[in-house]
Parts: sequence; C-alpha cells; structure tokens
Amino acid sequence: MASVVATDQVRAGVELALRGRKADVRGLLFRMLLVLTLLLSLLVLVVLLATTLVQAWPVLTERGLDFVTSNTSSLASRAGVRQGVLGSFILIAFVVAVALPLGIGAAVYLQEYARDTRLNRLLIANIRNLAGVPSVVYGILGLVVFVQALRPITGNAASGRSYIAGGLTLSVLVMPILILIVMEALRAVPKSVREAAYGVGATRWEVVRSHVLPYAAPGMFTGVILSLARAFGETAPLLLVGAVTGYLSTPGGRNLFEILQGQYTALPTQVFSWTRLPGEEWSANVAAAIVVLLVAILAVNLVAILLRNRYERKW
Amino acid sequence: MAGTVASEGLTLELMRGSASRRRKERLVRGAFYGSAFLSLVVSVAIVLALVGEAIAWLTKIDLGMLWADGWFPRRDEFDILTLFVGTILIAGIAMLVAAPLGLGAAMYLSEFATPRTRRLLKPILETLAGIPSVVLGYFALAVIQPEVVKSIFGGTGAFSYLSAGIGVGILTIPLVASIAEDAMFAVPNSLREAAYGIGARPRTVAIRVVFPAAVSGIVASLILGLSRATGETMVVAIAAGATGGALRTVNPLDGGQTMTGAISSLAIGSDQVRGSILAFPSLYFVGLLLFVLTFLLNVVSERFVRRVRKTY
Repeated sequence: MASVVATDQVRAGVELALRGRKADVRGLLFRMLLVLTLLLSLLVLVVLLATTLVQAWPVLTERGLDFVTSNTSSLASRAGVRQGVLGSFILIAFVVAVALPLGIGAAVYLQEYARDTRLNRLLIANIRNLAGVPSVVYGILGLVVFVQALRPITGNAASGRSYIAGGLTLSVLVMPILILIVMEALRAVPKSVREAAYGVGATRWEVVRSHVLPYAAPGMFTGVILSLARAFGETAPLLLVGAVTGYLSTPGGRNLFEILQGQYTALPTQVFSWTRLPGEEWSANVAAAIVVLLVAILAVNLVAILLRNRYERKW
Repeated sequence: MAGTVASEGLTLELMRGSASRRRKERLVRGAFYGSAFLSLVVSVAIVLALVGEAIAWLTKIDLGMLWADGWFPRRDEFDILTLFVGTILIAGIAMLVAAPLGLGAAMYLSEFATPRTRRLLKPILETLAGIPSVVLGYFALAVIQPEVVKSIFGGTGAFSYLSAGIGVGILTIPLVASIAEDAMFAVPNSLREAAYGIGARPRTVAIRVVFPAAVSGIVASLILGLSRATGETMVVAIAAGATGGALRTVNPLDGGQTMTGAISSLAIGSDQVRGSILAFPSLYFVGLLLFVLTFLLNVVSERFVRRVRKTY
C-alpha cells in the first residue's frame, strides 16, 4: 500500500464516527479467520520440519557424518547419501553451465533488443507456457531426445541414462522460469539509466553489459538461486531420464567426459527410492536424507531471500 | 526500448563508431536471439516427441484396450478413464486445501497485515514454496495418512488419494497465495478509500470491493494451482500408492493411480521384467494427455491475468 498512513487515518476517522462505541465483532472474527488460514499454512511447515527431524534424529546422531559420506547400500544401517549429494551437485553445475548463459541471453534479447513484433510476442507467450508444463513432461522430452536420439553423446555405456542426459533435461526444465525471472529483474531497471548511456554514445550491447546487467544483478541473482534450488529438488524428470533408483556402483571413468557419460543418481531420487523400501530403519534413513536435502535447499533459499531484502531498491 | 537513440543523421554516424564495434554488436545480438529462439525449439521438440511417440503407440494397440476396469499396463489394459478420475480426485482434494488457505493467507497479507508482518511472513511462505515435492510425498505417507486421514476418516491402507491430495494441496498453497496476493495488492487504493469514505468496514472493503476488483487474478491463481496440482508427480508416486496397476475408483480413501503417477511408475518399472511390450511406451500417450490438459489450463489462466492488467 503506497499511502498506508493516509488510508489508515481516513479509515480510523470514518470508522469511529460511524461505529460509535459498538465493536465490530464480525469484522474481528473475519480477520481472525484469515490469520488462522495463514497460521495453518505455516503450522504445516513447522510440523513437517519437526517430524522429519525427530524421525531423522537417531540416524543423524548415531552415524553423523558417516551418513553423508557413505555410498548406497542394501543394508539400511550402512546406506548413505554420498552419491546422491555428489550427483545432485554435478547436475546443478551442469545446469549452471548450460541454462544460465542461455537463459540470461534469451532474457536480455527479449527485454532489451526485441521490438514488439508478432514473433517476439509469440516467443514470450511460449516461454510462459513452457514455465507451466509439468516437470514430468520434461522428463519425457529428455527420454526421447537426450536418452534415445542423442545416445552417442549422452553415453552408450549407460544406455543414454547419464549425467549429461539428466543435466540437459534439468537445464531445459529450468530455462523458462529463469528467463521470466531475469526478464523481470531487467524490467525493473529504469529507462533513464539506459537513455543516459545511449546519450553518451554507447551501443546497445555496451548499455546492457555495463549498465543494465550490473543494476539488475541483485534481482537476477536471487531469481537464479531460487530456480537452481528448484532444480536441486526436482525428482520426477530424473526418474524418466534414468537416475538410478536402486544400487549404484561407484562411477568409473578416465576423464571428466567419461564420468559425465556414466550412470548417476541424485539426492531427491534417493529419497524417493528409499520411501519404497519397507521397515523402520529405512524410514529413518529417508528422514535423514530429507534433512540433508532441506538443509541444502533452505540454506540456499534463505540466502536468496536475504540478499533480495538487502539489495532491493526502489527507483 | 526501441528508438531511444538520437535521430539526427550526423550524430548517429559519429556514435556508431568503428566497423569492428558494429560487428561485435551484431554478433552479440545474434547470440542472444539464438538463445531466445531455443525456447521455441524446445516447445516444438516437446510436442513432436509426445505426439510422434503417442501416435506410434496408438497404432500398435487395440483401441478397445483403452476401456477396461482399471489401469493395468502389464495386462494390456490401458483404461485412461481410471487415470483421469484419479487425477481429478487428487487435483480436487488439493484445491479444497489450497484454495481457502491460499486465498485467506493472500487476503490477510494484502489487506490486513502491517508492512512489518508482511516482511516477516512472506519469506516463510516462499520457503514453503521451495520445499521439494518428494519431501511432501514422504510427509503425506508418513504423517498425513496415519495421523490425519486414518484417525479422522478411517481407512486401512498405507496409501490413499486423500493423503496424496492433501500433500499436493500443501504444495499448491504458496502458488495460489502469491498470485492472488499480487492481484489484490494491485487493486488501486482509491477504490478502498472510496469505500471507507462511505463508511464501509475493513471486512466489507475486503470482501465487497477488493475481492471483486481482483477476481480475475484470483481465478487465475486458482486455475494455475489446479494446473500445478494436475501435473504434480512425486507426492502421488509416493503417497497415492499404486505401483503398476489400479482399479478405477472414486473413493478418496482408496489408493490408486493418476496420469502423473502412471508415467512415473512406468518409468521406474522399465528396467524390471515387463509384462507387455506395449506397457512402457504408453507413458508417451499419457504424457501427451497431461501436456494438453495443463496447457489448456495455463492458457485459460493467462487470459484471466491479462484481464487484470487491462483494467488497472
């Protein structure tokens, strides 16, 4: 509310005059009801975190770091999430390498270069729609294109179900969201900044590189982190492009490319496959793996939100 | 953004600078255009992949297989209606959870909360949005089903549509809340002031002025929520309970299969012994249906959002 003070004064004055001494009980009840809905949503979050932590506590205290540094195993007491954590970070690195430059480039084109033509409008509408496509559909795309059609690149040994396939699928999945967020950050930079740069003779690229991008950086950064966190927790598409849900042997490979062509798993995939195993012990392992997953994601989210609150500026 | 450069011929020539500078400019522009165009390639690839594989599958099966008592891909029974009913059940339950909670939270944040409370509560709601769906799936299986569903509604199994639906609903709350809050927040203050000016109470202003003025955005938030709930996979795969096949049922206390659940269980079952060679590729057909369904929902909600933008 831009003019909170003014509205509140008007409201208070008029209310007082009209209401007299009678209290607005129904208004108060309505307000309580709204607060209740909000609190209920937050309560769910608290209960979720608390129960997971309680379930995970024995595993986390008894095994400690051992849980994070052990490989998967068919024995619940020896199974750990090392390969999942490693796999997730490699996948995210892949997304950063592929989706980040392409996403920022596309956003800069659509926001800074594109005129209001039919084709450009189509591009933007299309990106909006892509952002709403369920993630499992991206998994099918990855299965058809990356796992099957591009198998020579994604790795014959793993029958295409490799880091490269998973990383590319996640990149394609994240890109539309990334583009929309970066476009919004670019849009928030006022025109006057651009005009000042054009005024002293900068070309469009020079304006973008040395003025628009630096000013938009905090907003872009937040958006990028949030979409990476989303990619980190994504499970459904990875099931289709072959993240290993069972036992995984330690990857072999002479160089980086061969490792990337090998089989992989990811942390959320491990969580999923463990939920399907019976017994208390596995249930505790699931909770412990979720704690590891949430610590990573929530820490990253928190950093992003704090950064935004710190650097958010009004023009 | 176009046409901001000064238009006198002489200055423009001077400003253009050297040929190498212009070449670089063209190169950069081309690279950016290429990455923007890539999104169109991706959409075309999605449609082609889905349509091509789905048609290939349809030509191989007996169309009678699409009508059966349930979804049993390993027995060549591909009853799409089972998946449809399951999807609608889950999405419906999810919206019963997400619509009141999401809209209530949105209205409180937009109309009643002080700026300080807003700054405190919004990040928490955004945190809820960042929780991966696989976590909610576990939560639905380990907490909602035994503690909530069984103790209130009864039921015997470890899985149910109801617990998965509630889990999906929790995932959808932040989406509904944030879009609805944007819509209500965008209602100009002059409307509120006019209402207060003729003696309306805050509750009346919220319900009779802000809500109708923001109704397009609110509807859009609900439709987008529905689309998200329809496409949600992991919660269903973990907590709804059907791996492989499921009978058609409309009882929310039963476990069963949805479109997304069917896709994921076909995907992870692919390395096991398959009952039928037709089973695995059926996921392309289900995927195509899911894509079309969510696409339509998204287009409709986009329409509503545009109506808001036009008004104010």
